[in-house]
Amino acid sequence: MTSAHKQPNYIGVFWWLLALTILEVGVIFMPMARLLIAILLVGMAMSKAALVAMYFMHLKFERRTLGLIALTPLVLCVLLIFALLPDLSATPHRSTEPPQAPATSH
Amino acid sequence: MSQVAALHTAVEPAESPLTPESWGKLGMWIFLAGDAMSFGALLAGYGALRYGSADWPLPSKVLGVGLTAFMTFLLICSSVTMVLALAAIQRGDQRGLRKFLSLTVLSGVMFLGMQAYEWTHLIHDGLTLTGNPFGAVLFGTTFFIITGFHGAHVTGGVVYLSCYLIQALRGRLGQGSANAIEIAALYWHFVDLVWILVFTFVYLL
Repeated sequence: MTSAHKQPNYIGVFWWLLALTILEVGVIFMPMARLLIAILLVGMAMSKAALVAMYFMHLKFERRTLGLIALTPLVLCVLLIFALLPDLSATPHRSTEPPQAPATSH
Repeated sequence: MSQVAALHTAVEPAESPLTPESWGKLGMWIFLAGDAMSFGALLAGYGALRYGSADWPLPSKVLGVGLTAFMTFLLICSSVTMVLALAAIQRGDQRGLRKFLSLTVLSGVMFLGMQAYEWTHLIHDGLTLTGNPFGAVLFGTTFFIITGFHGAHVTGGVVYLSCYLIQALRGRLGQGSANAIEIAALYWHFVDLVWILVFTFVYLL
């Protein structure tokens, strides 16, 4: 970076991060479908991560190739999730046995 | 210039192709990309185990979301104080550097204290690496491994920044050290970024 570009409004970024964190905590108590909550939470988390990377880590002002290096782990993690798919059980299993009815003596 | 130094510059270009300030900054970015893959693998593994479990507890019912939301707030504040410390050293403001670097280290220490408090309570409630009274045993295993791995990073960051804080307090960090502080700041912001994801995937989802 760093001295070559205009300094971003760090306090403005802070307020955005704070607002998104409050919204995230609020969303989990909203009467909505779990899938919708999950989509909202992931979207907000990714937005917060992007704000930190772009403004606090100054990626917005760096050369594009450096951004590609920073994005590589994200791409590899998506590939890893696809690689794990065949190992996922089609029917979720319990790690603990459900409580059994007491045995009756004959 | 000595013969060794002359040979050295002949082998290695003086300027990094992606980060003209220093090779160290490029090195830190590459290290962080590798470290991000470690966290990514842990979170992907967490997702796979959770998907395959029928009795995975809802984290927000078991874990203290209020406390961890405050811990998230604390790390965000520490990222702001870190960029302000960097801005201070770049303009040669020694007082600002010492103040904001101290606040960053203090936030990191407070975060670790709160994590220790949270862990103590959860262990007291029976949640351990090998036991979980609320459902799937692997919930406890993955929780402690992921938050512990992150906590180890925060500890490393606190030590890293404390070394610079001591130098700043002794007046040994001039404007020429701005690049070193920028590299340390990259690490600290990465720790904050990872916590944002851990907070969402492990505590809220």
